[in-house]
Amino acid sequence: MNATETKSERLDGWNRPPVIAPDGEGELLEVAMGPHHPSTHGVFRMDLALDGERVVRLKPVFGYLHRNHEKIAEQASYLASMPYTDRLDYICSLTNNWAYALAVEKLAGQEVPERVQYIRVILGELTRIQNHASSIGFLLQEMGASGTPLMYAFKEREKILDLFESLTGSRMMCNYMRFGGCRVDVSATWLDAARKVVAGLPQFVDEFETLLSSNEILMARCQGVGILRPELAVNAGVTGPMLRASGVDYDIRKVDRYGIYDRFKFRVPLGDHGDVYDRYMVRILEIRESIRIVEQALNDIPAGPIMDPKARIRGFRPKPGEAYGRIEAPKGELGFYLISDGGPNPYRYRVRPPSLINLTVLEDMCLGSNVADVVLIFGSVDIVLGEVDR
Amino acid sequence: MKSAEEIKAAIEAAVPGAGVEFVPNPGPAAEHSLRLAPASAVAVATFLRDDADLAFDFLSNVSGVDWPDREIAEKVKVARTVTKTVDGVEQSVEETVEETRKRVEPGCLEAVYHLYSVAKKHGPLVIRMKTANRIDQVELPSLTPVWRAAEFQEREVFDLYGIIFTGHPDLRRLLMWEGFKDHPMRKDYVEPDDYEYEPTPHDHVLKRAQERRAAEAALGTEGLRGCGTNKRETVNYEL
Amino acid sequence: MLGEGILKGMAETAKNFFLSYVSKERLTTVEYPEQRIPTVEAARVFPFLVYDGADWEAGLRCVACQICEKECPPKCIYIDKSKDKKPDYVGKQQFYPTRFDIDISVCMSCQICVEVCPFEAIKMDNEFELATDDRFGGLRYDRKQLARSNDYYHSIHPTEASEVDARLDEEKAKVEAKAKAAAEATAAKAAAPAPPAPPAGGGS
Repeated sequence: MNATETKSERLDGWNRPPVIAPDGEGELLEVAMGPHHPSTHGVFRMDLALDGERVVRLKPVFGYLHRNHEKIAEQASYLASMPYTDRLDYICSLTNNWAYALAVEKLAGQEVPERVQYIRVILGELTRIQNHASSIGFLLQEMGASGTPLMYAFKEREKILDLFESLTGSRMMCNYMRFGGCRVDVSATWLDAARKVVAGLPQFVDEFETLLSSNEILMARCQGVGILRPELAVNAGVTGPMLRASGVDYDIRKVDRYGIYDRFKFRVPLGDHGDVYDRYMVRILEIRESIRIVEQALNDIPAGPIMDPKARIRGFRPKPGEAYGRIEAPKGELGFYLISDGGPNPYRYRVRPPSLINLTVLEDMCLGSNVADVVLIFGSVDIVLGEVDR
Repeated sequence: MKSAEEIKAAIEAAVPGAGVEFVPNPGPAAEHSLRLAPASAVAVATFLRDDADLAFDFLSNVSGVDWPDREIAEKVKVARTVTKTVDGVEQSVEETVEETRKRVEPGCLEAVYHLYSVAKKHGPLVIRMKTANRIDQVELPSLTPVWRAAEFQEREVFDLYGIIFTGHPDLRRLLMWEGFKDHPMRKDYVEPDDYEYEPTPHDHVLKRAQERRAAEAALGTEGLRGCGTNKRETVNYEL
Repeated sequence: MLGEGILKGMAETAKNFFLSYVSKERLTTVEYPEQRIPTVEAARVFPFLVYDGADWEAGLRCVACQICEKECPPKCIYIDKSKDKKPDYVGKQQFYPTRFDIDISVCMSCQICVEVCPFEAIKMDNEFELATDDRFGGLRYDRKQLARSNDYYHSIHPTEASEVDARLDEEKAKVEAKAKAAAEATAAKAAAPAPPAPPAGGGS
């Protein structure tokens, strides 16, 4: 490309010859949905080719929020990357912290005290509850419910975020987990406040379900829409509630049994059809299971230290090697792949983003449906652009 | 799950001439990996996915790694004949001398795949593939026909590292915009300094931008803005 | 009946609407800025430098060790070390910062600088209404703007400040005890009688 090229030649891709519609009549309408769009969960673009209202081709385009987090992590120390992981999936910062701490502890061979494991489970499941509630709220918002379910979800989310603020100092960018422990200890007052919040959650979920689950408009718009077959889901690397809604029983909390999840009794909800309604129901049921886990953890939390005594805050240099640590984040499998060369900075730091990989099947799910359904299917994938683009 | 060595044996039994190498992983995590030869990689991957015992049907993560050229200084013991004076008589004596030899190990780009099994609920198995060098021979076979999960991730590795995956259905940039001409995650990537169009930068960014603008004014190429100076061509945006 | 689900949902919303006139907890909106939510003690926004006593320059706890500058993830702290020294709270001679700037447009409130400071000199503030219209320096705070007294620290983070004070008092007590023991040892040595004169006719 040089300075004498005309603008139309440079803007490659927009001046293609018109594509003829499948039935031979007329052209397809090519629409760029996004990146300035209220329903695309952030700066995300979908290049749709439409035959009337039906989608013939869908190509997702993103990278608008790309901050090269992986390169920043190569130039910063391991501890300095921890606040940056908050900003990956910015709604669930504590699970991002946990996944990163898990990967580094695997890399360095560090042990975590028991009290910290319980704290991590409590905070992780509270994060899952508020994430699923917001996700359903936003799905309903895009369906046209004008904010009522969203504000119901946000009312509960505010209570959970107040808990996070009184513990970690910040509502969303918590920066709380450390390698081998966590930053501050939970006090007895905080545990009581957490118990009060959790005691009010089952009533919230009941109210939410009364409002939504048997709503005819929701059922008509969501059932049978955006079906994802289980074989395609597994082959495409889809994880999280999307995979379980297609009927595949794979929950990393049960498979890897990281932390102390094998001590808690909880069930894994699975869907039958793999459509948008199943994903919505799986999220509601997962909120209920998470409430059970938090109640058990709040009952059983032992006293003890909150940091591995051999761990160091400054001058942390793990031995050369590599490790891949993953957790069941609310959006799917969040993994960190770290290569260490013995120095204070990681040699290679890679984030496996669940939102990005769940988008692999977006086109498959949306082919043949209307544009209105595309909005719903996209909302049911539940992505966050901070994670997709990093 | 079988260990990495047992899986290597199984692969070599099923796919003859596979060229699988065991790569140990130092450090406490002990996640050893298998290096595949690019020629037989797709056959090996298909075997890993379809075998009844292994059943690695879930590709979790594809990463790129950049290994730049390394200068290695090795101390080598060399036997040499030296003329020395012993008791007043000149003789040729065999001696072992320690020499420091420097060699440049050529760099390469690497793609690392993490495989799990949803059917058998085991994992991870780590497989890797290396390119021949970092400059012109950067092709690797794409594993997207085997696992669809590799589709976006291989595009990202192409975008950020420059590995060209042959056989990928739609290999174009993922995160950077089309028309961008460098590979940002490489270790020798130079950041552009002219992305701060407004005079809010300070300290070293401001100094660099001022120097570059002065240089452009001297050359007469002022006004041609774009993504960088020395390596990339400038594009004339109509802003 | 068709529409039963929608009617159930509407009944739920109506119940919440009418009950919000009666029970306070259903009315969750706080009309900022006329009403404010009370700040939590642990809340953190941007850092500030603590000084003891009345004079901010003499009482500044920071000794310009530059550890926070190195550990800060977005590198928003700029420190210049002094050439001379001044005594700190236990009387030991320490360097001090001649320049300590934090660019709060870059700072991401991660609190790592507080965690790694060995001298309890930098702590987190909780003021967030800091908007300014000077974009070329209004958000770059120098050490005078950053310095806040220990009493202010007590007012915003009471439990934390008491713990810090207890730690510092303990350190001071240890140093003083050591100094006293050293002084007693030198005094004892000075007061000891001179060694006896060698006996006459000894030696050779």
